[in-house]
Amino acid sequence: MLEGLLIGLQTALSFQNLLMVIGGCLIGTFIGMLPGLGPMSIIAIMIPVAISMGNPSAALILLAGVYYGAIFGGSTSSILLNAPGVAGTVASSFDGYPMAKQGKAGKALTIAAIASFAGGSIGALLLMIFAPALSSVALLFHSAEYFALMVVGLSAIAAFAGTGQVAKALVMTILGLIMATVGEGALFNMPRFTMGIMDLQSGFGFITLAMAMFALPEALFLVLKPKTAQAEQDSEIKDLRISRAEAKAIAPVIGRQSLQGFFIGVLPGAGATIASFLGYAVERNIATKAEQEEFGKGSIKGLAAPETANNAACTGSFVPLLTLGIPGSGTTAILLGALIALNVTPGPRLMIDEPQIFWAVIMSMFIGNLVLLVLNLPLIPYIAKVLSIPRNYLIPFILFFTLMGAYIGQNNATELLLLVGFGICATALRFADYPLAPLLIGFILGGMLEDNFSRSMQLYDGIGFIWERPMTLGLLVIAGLLVVLPSYRAHRARARAQGVADGD
Amino acid sequence: MTTFSLGRRALMATALAAMAFSAPAMADGHKVLDSIHFLIPGGAGGGWDGTARGTGEALTKAGIVGNASYENMSGGGGGKAIGFLIENADSNHGTLMVNSTPIVIRSLTGVFPHNFRDLTLVAGTIGDYAAIVVGKDSPINSMSDLMAAFDADPRGTAIGGGSVPGGMDHLVAAMTFEAAGKDALSVKYIPYDAGGKAMAALLSGEIAALSTGFSEAVDLAGAGEVKIIGVTSDERVPAAPDAQTMMEQGIDTTFVNWRGFFAAPGLPADKLAMYQKALAEMYATPEWEDVRARNGWVNIHNSGDDFKTFLEGQEQVIGDLMKKLGFL
Repeated sequence: MLEGLLIGLQTALSFQNLLMVIGGCLIGTFIGMLPGLGPMSIIAIMIPVAISMGNPSAALILLAGVYYGAIFGGSTSSILLNAPGVAGTVASSFDGYPMAKQGKAGKALTIAAIASFAGGSIGALLLMIFAPALSSVALLFHSAEYFALMVVGLSAIAAFAGTGQVAKALVMTILGLIMATVGEGALFNMPRFTMGIMDLQSGFGFITLAMAMFALPEALFLVLKPKTAQAEQDSEIKDLRISRAEAKAIAPVIGRQSLQGFFIGVLPGAGATIASFLGYAVERNIATKAEQEEFGKGSIKGLAAPETANNAACTGSFVPLLTLGIPGSGTTAILLGALIALNVTPGPRLMIDEPQIFWAVIMSMFIGNLVLLVLNLPLIPYIAKVLSIPRNYLIPFILFFTLMGAYIGQNNATELLLLVGFGICATALRFADYPLAPLLIGFILGGMLEDNFSRSMQLYDGIGFIWERPMTLGLLVIAGLLVVLPSYRAHRARARAQGVADGD
Repeated sequence: MTTFSLGRRALMATALAAMAFSAPAMADGHKVLDSIHFLIPGGAGGGWDGTARGTGEALTKAGIVGNASYENMSGGGGGKAIGFLIENADSNHGTLMVNSTPIVIRSLTGVFPHNFRDLTLVAGTIGDYAAIVVGKDSPINSMSDLMAAFDADPRGTAIGGGSVPGGMDHLVAAMTFEAAGKDALSVKYIPYDAGGKAMAALLSGEIAALSTGFSEAVDLAGAGEVKIIGVTSDERVPAAPDAQTMMEQGIDTTFVNWRGFFAAPGLPADKLAMYQKALAEMYATPEWEDVRARNGWVNIHNSGDDFKTFLEGQEQVIGDLMKKLGFL
């Protein structure tokens, strides 16, 4: 391994490859920062450039840099504008955006950058040490376990139970699950619930829905309720730095989520999105009562958890890609296509046949994460100033990127109509104080939940798969605990409070 | 913004490249057409997108066509673009739409209100065979082993694929079992939403065998992860000389997942002939060989009436099978 490390370091430190890391990370963070633009479209656009370089190490280093750069930068638009451009950063907006509203945008961005850096670097370290051994872990999960894992992911909505909106959160989750069934499912031959409208056959687009739920209502809110918005804006951007107590609070979160996120990323059917939701749910549930109250209202732990997890998962997804040749997400599928076009076949033989590619990519991840941190930290005060842009300039800016993001992936104007229609509905729901995040969680997880459920039903000829495999049952029990535990704790706290009152 | 400027830069680069390459080519008198507008029924990065852009790249670089432009029109799984081409036929004589086997399957199920007869058939240009693969540690080594495992335990021998039930991977599996004398209806087909996830399921032992595209199978067989136990080609394919065909193993079935180009209905005959000439000439150029090899495509050229005969034959076979399986 030491020899491999040296070869990798040598390759990664060549002038061309250093340029690729820095270039890839720059392009990635910039694209990621724009609301509505994710790594997938930019990587697809850059493939011809990468292939024309003819050097597989350089090409993969560049594309990987764009990938984790975009996840790194993706949190910026979630935190500042409540406009996540990637499914993996949706959870970052739960606590990041409230922090920004309280005038702590700089601190939120700093926490996101440090958490991303730690997640990415620890992930790269794990990748370096365990990649060969982990290829078998990637194959441990069957459809039944993926189904159970999605159920655990859904338990993240329990995080909204604390705000006294249990019923509303449930309604929105179910609405999200229902919306995920529109279009041609992966498992059915015919389109469902499209009402004969051809444009609905592929279902609703994630970006369209995310923009409609988060970014558009945000912009409309600024217009419709100018007074409160103005008041929020007046609050100065203060505290860029994190205090020692805060650092102490988030350090264990970052440690746990680097590991958890990485292992979820290794599973080909899970990925950064599930990792971020699970990270959020788990950290909330193991937090103390007082800290739990904070979640959803600007908790630093609630921001650090998904930010660490999604970056670690993004690195973890390179395990199945490089050691098995299996892409776990749309983005890694495009990366695989690029590798094959360059005559590199990822798989168990990659490390033996072309060690310089394998190790150079891992080494470049360390360099890349460092580059991202160094680039981002000094820029944070300037990026955070986006919020002090006067409303009449900021709103058109948000609207422009929102509409563009929805249109650009598919080149389909119907997406724009859907975006505006859903955006108006979402604004109305926001006025009625319904939380919108559960809808998006339901929508993202719904498709995978259904596919894996029906696959398992088919494989085991019925519901028997739940107790057929111990791991499935174990995961479902964990999901049950995650849901029940908070309300049980609350119940006990209430009972105790009553007891005290009675004693008086 | 970025994407816009990138797009413009890419266009400029293409134009420059076209100029650079077409100058000597024109001197040779190779140029057949001034321009082609490619209509792509799906988003950027998909299979249709790659086919159209790769073909356009080869045609312009080789100087056969002066200029190529591309338009992605997704919606309705490709149906929107077909409808657009038919509705706006008169103003789209300069347009070629890329499509593939699903146009046959989805027209049969009625997901597309139109079928290939409503369009002008230009040519099928490339294709990919289908293959049945098993994991490298599987006790199954041939199609007869798979059939024996199926006979012993039909419910426990699940076949996976990357398409919906009634989609291409399912039909190939059903077709193969049917040709081997089994009841296609009793084959347990497990659908996955992407080829990669289906492959992960195969390696994890969730499914016994996987129905997939041959080029995808070759890449994984090269990495030593799977064994190809049957290919749906007439003869062995040079890319994997050890992989037996279905025919060799006594299973009388072949299948090609083609990709090709269609034009608007009512296209004048002389214009159609120009498109077909341009595509036919493309095969001999080194520029095409570059693109083809980079993507691992197989040249399967069916022009004009041959294309029609081929599509009608495929429609017949697939239609019969889908009726049998209860999808029609």
